[in-house]
Amino acid sequence: MTALPAPLSTWFAARGWALHPHQQAMLDRAAAPATLLIAPTGGGKTLAGFLPSLAELGPAPPPGLHTLYISPLKALTADIRRNLRAPLEGAGLPIRVEDRTGDTGQTARKRQRVDPPHILLTTPESLALLLSYEDAPRMFSTLQRVIVDELHAVAESKRGDQLALLLARLGRLAPGLRRIGLSATVEDPPALARFLAPGTEILLADPGPDPDISMLDTGTPPPWSGGGGRHAIPAILQQVRAHRTTLIFHNTRAQAELFFHDLWLQNEDGLPIAIHHGSLAREQRERVEAAMVEGRLRAVVCTGSLDLGIDWGDVDLVIQVGAPKNVKRLVQRIGRANHRYNAPSKALLVPANRFEVVECQAALDAALARDLDGEPRGSGPRDVLCQHLLIAACAGPFRADDLYAEIRDAAPYHALTRPDFDATLDFVATGGYALRAYDRWQRLKQTGDLWHLRDPRSAALIRQNLGTIIDTETLKVRLKGRFGGTPLGEVEEAFAATLTPGDTFLIGGEVVRYEGLNEMTVEVSRTPGRDPKVAVFNGTKFATSTQLSDRILALLNRPGWPFLPDHTARWLALQRQVSALPRRDRLLVESFPHDGREHLVIYGFAGRNAQQTLGLLVTKQMEDQGLDPLGFVATDYATLVWGLSPVTDAAPLFAAETLRQGLESWLQGNALMKRTFRNVALVAGLIERSHQGRRKTGRQATFSSDILYDTLRKYDPDHLLLQITREEAMRGLIDFARIEDLLARIEGRIDLIRLPRLTPLAAPLFLEPGKVPIHGQGRERLAEAQAQALMAAAGLA
Amino acid sequence: MSQTLTLGPETLHALPSGALWWPARRVLAVSDLHLGKSARLARRGGALLPPYETRATLERLEADIAATRPAGVICLGDSFDDTAAAGALEEDAMLWLARLMAGRDWTWIEGNHDPGPIALAGTHRASLTLGALTFRHIADPAQRHEVSGHYHPKARLAGQARPCFLADAARIILPAYGAYTGGLWSHDPALTGLMQPGALAVLTGPKARAIPMPR
Repeated sequence: MTALPAPLSTWFAARGWALHPHQQAMLDRAAAPATLLIAPTGGGKTLAGFLPSLAELGPAPPPGLHTLYISPLKALTADIRRNLRAPLEGAGLPIRVEDRTGDTGQTARKRQRVDPPHILLTTPESLALLLSYEDAPRMFSTLQRVIVDELHAVAESKRGDQLALLLARLGRLAPGLRRIGLSATVEDPPALARFLAPGTEILLADPGPDPDISMLDTGTPPPWSGGGGRHAIPAILQQVRAHRTTLIFHNTRAQAELFFHDLWLQNEDGLPIAIHHGSLAREQRERVEAAMVEGRLRAVVCTGSLDLGIDWGDVDLVIQVGAPKNVKRLVQRIGRANHRYNAPSKALLVPANRFEVVECQAALDAALARDLDGEPRGSGPRDVLCQHLLIAACAGPFRADDLYAEIRDAAPYHALTRPDFDATLDFVATGGYALRAYDRWQRLKQTGDLWHLRDPRSAALIRQNLGTIIDTETLKVRLKGRFGGTPLGEVEEAFAATLTPGDTFLIGGEVVRYEGLNEMTVEVSRTPGRDPKVAVFNGTKFATSTQLSDRILALLNRPGWPFLPDHTARWLALQRQVSALPRRDRLLVESFPHDGREHLVIYGFAGRNAQQTLGLLVTKQMEDQGLDPLGFVATDYATLVWGLSPVTDAAPLFAAETLRQGLESWLQGNALMKRTFRNVALVAGLIERSHQGRRKTGRQATFSSDILYDTLRKYDPDHLLLQITREEAMRGLIDFARIEDLLARIEGRIDLIRLPRLTPLAAPLFLEPGKVPIHGQGRERLAEAQAQALMAAAGLA
Repeated sequence: MSQTLTLGPETLHALPSGALWWPARRVLAVSDLHLGKSARLARRGGALLPPYETRATLERLEADIAATRPAGVICLGDSFDDTAAAGALEEDAMLWLARLMAGRDWTWIEGNHDPGPIALAGTHRASLTLGALTFRHIADPAQRHEVSGHYHPKARLAGQARPCFLADAARIILPAYGAYTGGLWSHDPALTGLMQPGALAVLTGPKARAIPMPR
C-alpha cells in the first residue's frame, strides 16, 4: 500500500478532507501497470489520478520528468495546475508542476525540454510536438507515469488514435511506464480499458445517486420549427434566479449566440450571464472562465466547449437547450451540475421545437434508465499513421521493423498488417504515386536500414502541421478601430465570403455591422438595437444515436401522447391526420410543393450522416431521371430534397441494389468526399494547414484540395489517400451501414404521400443549416437564369 | 459554348476551358500554366503532391488545340512554375509539348515565375503585339487593347467559385489555365482598380458564362 507524503496528509486533514474510497483505491494500486478509473463528475477523479505520483515524488523528488498528464482541453491543464498548486504549496512539497500547450511561450517551451518539471500537463497535440524533437528520448527517459484525463472523450476521435500511437512511443522511451486513464461513465468500459493498454484494470467508483432531470415547463409552447429555445427565455431566467449558478448548454455556436442575444434583451434584473464557445477570442473565453471560478456569474450560455473538464464548483443546475442527440453526452453534461460527490445532479431539458419535445422525452427516459449509447470504434485510420511516421522521422532516423513493432503496441493499430504499414511508409517517403516522380525529391530517404528526412529543414514544416483536429477555415472578427481593434471572435471563411458591407450579424452576443475585409480580418462596428440579418457559423453537429432514434420511433407510434406537453401531442396528432407518422418498419416519404420548388422528405431516422448520404444517393438518381434536384439538407430523422420537378414514384429511389451501385459511382465525385479528402490530406501531411500569415502573401499559390482529389481520382484512383478517404467517409460522413440497417428494417415498404403543402413534421427541416448543393443540370439551369438576370439588370444583355 | 468578347476592332472567344480564341488570326492564348508545380514543391522539401498536374494541363491544352486548330499559340507567362521546373520537366511531357508545338507559331511570354530564357523551342518575348492587340503577362493600366494573365481571377455564381476571364473595353485578363492554381477574387482591390466599371466576368466551367464583374 502506498501512502501519501506526511505533509500532504497533514494538509488534507487540516482542511477536514478525507480521501474518497476510489481515491484510496488508486493509491493502493499504484504499482499496477495500467488502471482505468471510471467515476462520475465531482468525484475528485483527477486528484485520484495524481495521488500515486504525489506519493512517489514525496518530500524530496529527484530531478527529471516523473508524470505526464494529458488532457483534451488546453483550459483543463491550466485549471489542474492551479488546483495542484494549493495542496503542494500548502504541504510545502517541492514538486514542480507546469503546463505545456499551444499557448505556452517559446522560452518556457525550450526550458521545459532542457529542464523538465516533475509533472508536465499537456494535450495530445503538444505531446506529438514534444515527441518530434530529437531530444525526446532524454526528456522522457525518467518518466514513470502517464495520466490520460477525459479518456472517454479522447478515445472517440482521431486525437485518440494519435494519442495511442504517442503512448506506444512513450512506452518504448520509458520502459516500465505506468498508465492511468480517467473517464466519465461509458457504455463499454472494457473497450476503453483495452484502448489504454492490454490488461488494464478497471476501477469503478460509486456512480452516485440518480440525477434529478425533467423537461422545463415553459408556459409557451416551443415553435413549430427552428432551434434555439428562445421561447423558453422567461422560464429559463426564472430558473437562473432560483439557482446559484446555471450552465445553459446549446448544441451549436450559432444557437448559443442567438439565444444569448435574446436572453440579454429580456434580462431585466441584469443578472450576470456570460457566453462561452469555441469561436470566441481566447481573451474573451478566459475572462468568462475567470469570472466563473470567482463565482461572479449566475449563468453561462455555452456549447461543447464546456462539456469537459474545468471544475466550476458552484454549478447547481444544467439546462440543455435543444435535443441532446446522444444519451451519453446528456448524462455527462448533467454531471456538470453539482460537482459535490454524492449529491444528485439537477438538470432541465428545453426542447427547441416540437420535434425535439419527442426527442428530449426519449433521451430523458434513456438517461433515467442509464441506457447509454455508443458505437464501437474500428481500427485506427491510416492518415493518423502517416502523420505519426512524419513525427518519428522528425525525431531521428528509424528502422522500419522497429517502428512497425512499436505502432502495433497501440490498441487501434494492433491489427495493422505489414503491407499496410509499408504502403503508409511509401506514401510518406515518396508520395506513393503510381507515377514515380519524386525519386530525387523524396521526403524520406533510406540509408542502410535507417529511414531519415531527406532535407532536415522540412522538420520545421512538419511540426507546424501536427495534430488531427481540423478547423474550418476561419477569419478573425475585430472592431474597426485605430489601434488594431478589439478581437471579438471568428467566423467561418465561407460565411465571411457571403457578407457585403452593411450586413449585420451576431457574435459574442452583440450585433455588429460588417464594414469590410482588411487583410485576413473581418472588420465590424457595433450597431446596437438593429436586428441581425444573418446568423454565424454552423457549429458542431452530432448524429442522433441508433438507440435514441429507436426510442423516438417507438414513442411516435404510441396511440396517444398524454406524457408529452399538450401542444406537442396535438402537433403529432395533426401530422397523423394530414399525413402519417414515421414507423420503424416502413419508410415514410412526403412530396409537396413549397415556395416555388418541389420538395421530397424522407423520414429515415438513420442519423444525420446516413440521412446525408441518402440525400446524395437519391438526388443522384433524381438527376438521372431528369427531376433537376437543386440541393438537400439532412437532419437526424429526415432528408429534405428540393428541386424543379416532383417525384411521383419513390420505390425505385430506394431499391437496395440501386443505392449500393449508386454509392460506388457517386462516392467519387461528391462534395462530402472532397471534404473528407481535405481532412485526410491535412492529417496525412499532403497539404498544409493555412497559417494566416502565409495565406496573406500566397493567395494565388494556395489552391483547393478539391483539385488534388479530382486529379488523383483521374490519374491514380488506387492511391493510399483515396483509400483512406473512402474508409473514413464510409464510417463517418457516409455511414452507409445505417442505410443498410434502414433498408433491412423497412423491407421495401415505402409510403409515398403526395400533399398540397408542407407538413408539420417537415417544417423544421427548412431552417436547417448545412445545405448541400447539387451541381447538376438543375443548377446549370439556375446559373444560366441568374447570369441572364444579372446581365439584364446591368443593362448588358 | 464560348462567350464572345470585343477588344478594340477584334472579336475574341472566351472558351469554357479558360483559353482565349482569336479566330481572325487563328491564335489561341492561354495563361499561367504553372507546369512543374508539384516538382518544385517537392524539391523544396514540402509535400509530395500528386505529380499529374502537367499531364492534366497538357491534356486540356491538347483538347483546345484539337478543337480550334490554331496557327499560333501564345502562352501568357508563368507557363512553368519556375525556371528550374522548365528544365526538370519529364521527357514524355517535353515530347508531348513538342508535339503540340509542331507546325505552330508558338510564343512564350515571360512571367514572374519563369522570367529567364528557357530551353524550349518557340519564340520567347516580354510581350507580343499582333495587329491591334498586345499580349503580356501582367496588365499595364496605361495600355489599351491588351490581353494578359497573372492574377488568376475567380468569381462566384450561384454559390460556386470558378476561375474567370475579366473583360472591359481596354483589356482582357485570362484565368489561370494550369491544374494546380488558386485564384484571386474579382472583388480584390488589385482587380477592381484595374478593370473599368461595366467590366464582365466570364466564368469557366461546363460553358463560358458572362456576368457583370463582381466588385
